[in-house]
Amino acid sequence: MVDLTEKIMKYREVAYYSGCALEGSGNGYDVSTRAIAKSLGLHLKDVTNWNCCGAMEVKNIEPKLQTYLSSRVLSNAVNLDGADVVMAPCNGCYHNLKKAEYDLTHDPKSQETVDRLSAKAGHEPYKAGQAETIHALDWIKKTIGEEGLKERTKGKLAGLKVANYYGCMYVRPRHIFPEKDKGPGSESTNRPHFMDDLLAAAGAENVEFPLKTACCGGAHTLSDSDTSTKLVLNILQAAEASGADVIATECPTCHSGLEMHQVRAEKRFGRKTRVKMLYFTQLLGLALGISPRKLGIHTNISDSSELLREKRLA
Amino acid sequence: MPIHEKSLIRPENLKVHDKLSIDGVDVSGHWSTFIETRVVPDYNEALEKEIAAFPGGDKIHRCFQCGSCTNACTINAIEPRFNPRYWIYLIRMGMEQELLRDKDIIWQCVSCHKCTNICPRSVEPEGVMKATALWLEEKGYTPESPSHVFDKEFSRQVFERGKIEDTEVLHSFLVKTKQPLLQDWLVAIMWGIAKRVPVKWGLKTALAQVFKPRTRSWKKARAAIEDYIYEEGEARKEKLSRSRAKQPHLEAAE
Repeated sequence: MVDLTEKIMKYREVAYYSGCALEGSGNGYDVSTRAIAKSLGLHLKDVTNWNCCGAMEVKNIEPKLQTYLSSRVLSNAVNLDGADVVMAPCNGCYHNLKKAEYDLTHDPKSQETVDRLSAKAGHEPYKAGQAETIHALDWIKKTIGEEGLKERTKGKLAGLKVANYYGCMYVRPRHIFPEKDKGPGSESTNRPHFMDDLLAAAGAENVEFPLKTACCGGAHTLSDSDTSTKLVLNILQAAEASGADVIATECPTCHSGLEMHQVRAEKRFGRKTRVKMLYFTQLLGLALGISPRKLGIHTNISDSSELLREKRLA
Repeated sequence: MPIHEKSLIRPENLKVHDKLSIDGVDVSGHWSTFIETRVVPDYNEALEKEIAAFPGGDKIHRCFQCGSCTNACTINAIEPRFNPRYWIYLIRMGMEQELLRDKDIIWQCVSCHKCTNICPRSVEPEGVMKATALWLEEKGYTPESPSHVFDKEFSRQVFERGKIEDTEVLHSFLVKTKQPLLQDWLVAIMWGIAKRVPVKWGLKTALAQVFKPRTRSWKKARAAIEDYIYEEGEARKEKLSRSRAKQPHLEAAE
């Protein structure tokens, strides 16, 4: 019993790595994550003087630089903030921190490069195993859990039909997520369910949605927009066909991609879809009785105010 | 000499005989060139090594052609010509001319990692696609792809300041690819959001254009990164020139 509490305590206060997207286009995700942390009594400590995780773009230019950039974030969390858990809500950041951890564990050359660059840049190098990287989903699941949410939300999302969209970076490639696919209680890379679990605990009705881990074309959202629009339209139409009112998202790139290409599909291809997009933290915030404005819902491109009024959530 | 199966059934490689009778049997019509002697003179034996020298391509030698990557591929589902398994085959075989037939779509990989996830040999086909696209540009076979322009602009901001700024990425990308800034969808989005968003938020975005988000005391990290890029670039040039030097007949042809 003691162990369990200790384990939960470890996640109640985590280093928070918001990342570039949450400072810009994904602002609603940042605002709502902080709002639910406050409401649930969880403590988020921003990683001191963080930098970009490297994202896909730097990886394409020079793969080991992405490892270095992510390792610097982890190094700051460990050495400047004394953290042993880093929580990243952005799928891209989460993926890259995980990938850096994997590379540093399995490839001595990566560690060598990180050590060398860290010395030149004048900070402590990050060593594999010093910190644990978790996603915002793990964070809620590990601290409050379904039982806690049931208690606090009293099923407030009842009647809301949700399609849970996880995207690519949260589950693929599976080898960089050693803690997943470990049977009951752990996340599945093939059929992820953490978001389903949390929202169901808050009373939402999860629809049978086959494209949970489909790709939204986020990498080419601007550079190959027509392809992205096709991929997004497919996701939006599948969500509507499964009867969803809203798609719950957990990644700023997916979220703004879905919103942007919903508009673009209508403009360029004349294909209109009505389904709304909300971050899962915004949905949980509504369930906890926080006002839509405090969750940054009005800064989303997709206007869900009518739906929320209809479902008595706003 | 290995048979390159796919080219044999292309329309231009099928022979037509208007009137042909063999042993009294009329066999007029389309003929496969299977039976004709073929010689492929332009193998680039260093092709695999060249692509392996680019970022992401280093595990291509592991492929055993199971086809799981193509089967899982997001882009293959909407563009059947996009076939990672086949391109890896061509590269390993050295069939540069065949590979060039698809040169304009290779950059379209969206990095969904379905291939890397499923690959039983850890080839990381997603990386191979990126490496191949860069190789095509380096050799001058394709112009710089929009994806590469985007990656470079994004990385420039990261290397310079430690962070990116969304609006600047969008703006610079549209300018660099010579697209109009007032995209119809963008206008529709801005218009929709302007009706709801408070002034405070608009101000914040505007301020971010002047005072760009940046990581403090980034100077040394930036210098370290720039040195590393230079070193890796030189190492790559060295690797490429070595693989070319081994093939004097290709050097002469160029």
